[in-house]
Parts: sequence; C-alpha cells; structure tokens
Amino acid sequence: MASLETLAKREEKKRKFESGHSLCSGCGLPIAVRTILNSTDGPVVASNATGCLEVATSRFPTSAWNIPWIHNAFENAAATISGAESAYRSMKKKGKIDKDVNFLAFAGDGGTYDIGFQSLSGALERGHDFTYVTLDNGAYMNTGIQRSSATPKGASTTTAPAGEEKYGKQEKRKNLTEIVAAHEIPYVGQASISHLQDLADKAEKAIHRDGPAFLNVLSTCQLGWRIPPKDSVKVAQKGVDTCFWPLYEVDEGEHNITYEPKEKLPIKEWLEPQKRFAALFKTGNEEVIEEIQEDVDEDWEKLQAKAS
Amino acid sequence: MSNGNKEVLTGHQVVANAMRQVEPDVVAAYPITPQSEIVEYFSQYVADGKVDSEVITVESEHSAMSACVGSAAAGARTMTATASQGLALMMEIVYIAASMRTPIVMAVANRALSGPINIHCDHSDSMAARDSGVIQLYGEDAQEAYEFTLMAQRLAESEDVLLPVMVTLDGFTLTHTAQVAELLPDRAVSDFVGEYDARYPLLDVENPTTQGPFDMPDYYFEHKLQQVDAMDNVPDRFLQVQEEFNDLSGGSYDGLFETYKMDDADYAVIILGSTAGTAKVVVDELREEGKKVGLLKPWLFRPFPAEEIKDVLLDKEAVAVLDRSLSFGSSGPLYLEVSSALSGEDTKPRLYNYTYGLGGRDIKEDQIAEVFEDLENPDLEDKMRYIGARQ
Repeated sequence: MASLETLAKREEKKRKFESGHSLCSGCGLPIAVRTILNSTDGPVVASNATGCLEVATSRFPTSAWNIPWIHNAFENAAATISGAESAYRSMKKKGKIDKDVNFLAFAGDGGTYDIGFQSLSGALERGHDFTYVTLDNGAYMNTGIQRSSATPKGASTTTAPAGEEKYGKQEKRKNLTEIVAAHEIPYVGQASISHLQDLADKAEKAIHRDGPAFLNVLSTCQLGWRIPPKDSVKVAQKGVDTCFWPLYEVDEGEHNITYEPKEKLPIKEWLEPQKRFAALFKTGNEEVIEEIQEDVDEDWEKLQAKAS
Repeated sequence: MSNGNKEVLTGHQVVANAMRQVEPDVVAAYPITPQSEIVEYFSQYVADGKVDSEVITVESEHSAMSACVGSAAAGARTMTATASQGLALMMEIVYIAASMRTPIVMAVANRALSGPINIHCDHSDSMAARDSGVIQLYGEDAQEAYEFTLMAQRLAESEDVLLPVMVTLDGFTLTHTAQVAELLPDRAVSDFVGEYDARYPLLDVENPTTQGPFDMPDYYFEHKLQQVDAMDNVPDRFLQVQEEFNDLSGGSYDGLFETYKMDDADYAVIILGSTAGTAKVVVDELREEGKKVGLLKPWLFRPFPAEEIKDVLLDKEAVAVLDRSLSFGSSGPLYLEVSSALSGEDTKPRLYNYTYGLGGRDIKEDQIAEVFEDLENPDLEDKMRYIGARQ
C-alpha cells in the first residue's frame, strides 16, 4: 500500500488539479480527484460529466485542470472519452502521436447510475483503455439534492423528501460496483475519500491496467448529507466501518476485500450524524433502520463469500 | 479502388466511398431504426483494409455524437452518419459539437421523424437541426452528396469556420437507388482534403486545454457570437472550396445554390434535395410550351444565403416554396427563410408555400406542373397547400 509519505510527496509535484476552484468546503470530490490524478506520472486526458465537479472547476475563464480536460454533457462522459481514446489509438497507429497517454472519465452518481449508465456500459463492453471514476455522493447534489438510484434507502432528498407520510427514499440503492463487475472488465475498485492510501492503490491499478477499469468512490456532500464540513472524512469513514460502503476490488474477476473494519459498526453510526436520515430516528421508523441494517449485513456477507 | 471511373452505386455507397477516400481517423455511429447503410459499407472497407480508420460501434446515436466530439476534440478527423430518429437522439450533442467548434462531417439520409414511425424520406430530421449551429448542405443526387461530403471536410476544417457540416441526401430516393456516379481518384481526394491539423487538440498533452467549460452570463453570449462569426464566414469559404474542387474534378460549382433556367423566368419554384431533379424535368417541359419557368435549389441551407437568393427572386412574378417538413403552427422552414429574405422589399414576387412528400409520399411531375399553373393565377389565395395529401 502506498505510504502516507508517498502520498505527501506526490502532492509536491506539479499539480494536475489545482486549488482555487469553487467546490464547497468539506466536499469529497477534490480529495478524490487529486488522489487519483496523483497516482500516475504519465500524461492523462480526462472527460468530465456535467455536475458539481465540472461546474466548480471550469468556470470560464478559469480552470482548475492542468491536464487536457473535456466536458461534453451530463450523460456521456464515457462515450466522450471513448472517442478521445479511439482518436489516440487511430492517430498512434498512423504515427501522428508517439506518447503513451492514459484516459479518465469523472462523473457523479447521477451521471453514472442513472442517465450515463448506457454510455458507460457501452464503453466498457467496447473495451476502450480508460478508467471511469464515479464520485458517488448519493444524489444529484449540483442541481439541488434530487434523488438518484444511488441515494441510500432512508435518505431525504428534494424529490423523495421526508414528510408526514414518508421518511424519504423508500428503495435500496443500486449496486453499481457489482453491475460494472458483471461486464467482466479487467479492474473494478470500490473506494472512499476516507481511505486515501487504498484509493491511491486502486487508482494506480485502474489507470495502468490495459482495457477498461472502474472506480466507485464514496464522496461526501456536506449540503446533501447535512453534515458539518469538518466531519466530511469522518462520516465517510463511518460508511466504510459500518460496511455500508465496503472497500474492495474485483481484479481480473477476483473479489478482494481491501479493508476489513476491526469492528463492524452498527449502521446507526453512519446514519445518525447525517441529517438527511433524521426522519429515521423519529418514533415509528425503528423498523426502517433495522431493514437497512439487514440489507447491509446481507450485502456484506455476500461480498465476503465472493471474496473467500 | 477508384480511378475516377463512372460507377453505378447507391447513395449510401457513394457517401461511404467519399468517407473511405477522406480516410477519417475515427468514425462513430449507431444503427438506429431507420438505419443508414453508409456505416455498414464503411465498416466493410475497414475490415477489408481499404481504409485505415477506427470505427466506434457505439450503443446509441447519442453516444455516436458524444464520441465524435471526444474524438474531434482530441484532434482526430472524425465522421459519422445518421438519419431520422438517430439525428433526433443525437441532437443535444449536435448543438455541443457546434459550440465546441469540432469540424465533424456527418451524412444525414433524410427520413421522417416519428410519430408515427415511418422511416421514409422527408426533411423533418435535418430541419430539426437547423438552429443547432451546424452547416447544412442539401444534395440533389448521389453525385452531389459525394462531392459535398468531400467539400464538407475542407469547409468544416477551415480555420475561420471550424464547425460541423451536415451533408444530407434524401432517404430511399437517393440512398437506396443505384445511380451513375463519378468518383474521383483516391489520391486526388486525399490531396484535396489534406491532413487535418487541429489547433488545440486534447492529445497535445504538453499544452493542456480545458474544453467545454462552464459559462456564466458574463461569457455565454460572446461565445455564441463567435459561432455567429464562424457561420458568417461559411459562404465565402464554401465558394473558395468549390473553386478548388472544380479545379480537381472539372466541375462547375459556382454558388450557394443552383439556379435552373431562372434568368428570364417569371415563375419559380424553390426546392431542396432530390425533388429538384423532378422539377427540372417539369421546367424543361413547360419551357417547351413557351412558359417562362425556373427552379432555385439551395445547396447551402445553413447558413441561409438570404441576400443572394433575394437578388435572384426580386424580379419574378410569383414563387412557390416547396417544403418537405412541417413547422407546426407556422409555415415551412424553407418558406420562412425565403419570406424573410424578401421582407422589406417594395417590389417582390408573390410568395406561396407548399408542403409535399411527408413520410416518403411521392411527388410527381404533374403535381409540380400544377404548382406552376397556380403561380400564373394573380388571385391565388395565400395559404399552405399540401401536395398529394388526402384532405
């Protein structure tokens, strides 16, 4: 595993992603992006779906990107990068380019789980040599915290709000990491902004692996999760330690759990600090928390079985 | 493969051959219903080693145009082909392709938009893209579609243009019928189109660029005006490309539209695409009867050559604009352009609008002859007429 010293040294090099952007304090996105971009020394070209990361880093005439970067639309980060990667292969074959270049796509959960899902699936199947990074904060945060299929059960969002009759989102979230793994691509990793060494290792593997790779990174949103910005990383850590968001990889089809919590915490410890789950702690909703715990336990067992 | 011989080819094959001769770095396409065979022929050329291009067989037309934008922004010469629903689906990204100044050349086999689902020819698909910022060229026959595809490459990549170009050809009427077409020698085409040297390619990793950034109200307007400027540069560039193309092919392109027996004509029809061919036959027949009739066929629809067309029409008695698409609640798209071109003139022809050929409905010579007959009536009521429709 990359040491903390190594991660710190990488920060001393010319930054591929600069400060000065307008992402919120406590936002998980820049933590993830910098750690991922620091994981390779080679040239990188990135596409970026419409969303917080795009809006806050590319407001004309400023840019936080020191790498070639393209934003096209919301649902097509994968298709866009597949075009750039194909251009690269074609032009390299014809001798118009001689460098080795890596390709990355960044998108949020809405741009991946929902509207960008077809574009991602197609690009994975076609076998382009790229790494697709989902920065999963569990809702459409950029447009005002609307529900996505990555929103956890029980979370209150502006389109599936808690109210007199409902506690928030009624449905369990989509397990995108496993859906992507079912594409049988060379590398899939699930990581969190709370575990940077683990994220850095996974990014390094993903970027340097031939063929498509996928990273699903748990990323906090202080506005959507209704947490104090200073607690951002701590809350993400709770997601990992409750096994709501296990850290693992599917490397050439092999499931490996890359972090085992010393003690698997009860799901309440993940839910309670986040005010988006506040309705679950009202009298009468105890059962919902139990259901969420059961879902998490069941998924964790399934994962452990796959990894054994 | 081709040595400048005349061959009997379908419109699809002719465009696929133009693409083969251009030899783009990347083609991204999807076979939506209705599907165009252009990419099938092109893929076969790739499989047979007759062209060195990457074909991205994407999972939707939306992704086709998305991948084209990624490819063109990366610095690759990029092409695609589509029709009807496919163009409708890619529309979001067609606008973006234009705004990002990606010189993508796309063939559009004109077919009706759903619903009802139809698949046959009309211009509702490309007309829906008329405000997207792409340049639009309409071909009358396979030969024009071929030649426009080659010229489009040069036009799109012109330094002061850098816009996508849509080359349309009428679905079925041109795409599925075999016609005699004269292809230029492969070598002549590659010399004509030259190498594409992108100004700010993503793949210039040492000089990183941020492409497709976010504009607030303080910049968006000016960026759109840059597209306006680029569009304004198109007519002159197109004429220049035509001249160079004529040198190569011995052709005689010399305008933004074709006029047929218009000089002394009193009555004229304006038609886009293959039906102009039918209208020429009618004009010839009526001329034999001594009638002073003519045809104007726009090649360039975007940008629309309003001034130039106005100059040709001003001294006419009456003009009929035949539209092959609807703009519900308004007049036809072509009519609106012509009407706007003539507005503000004190002395101008009577102008009428006809809609024809929706969803592949045939239009015959006698129906066009009737339009000319209508025009001779000075009291003809000004209202939309639907040629050949049961009402």
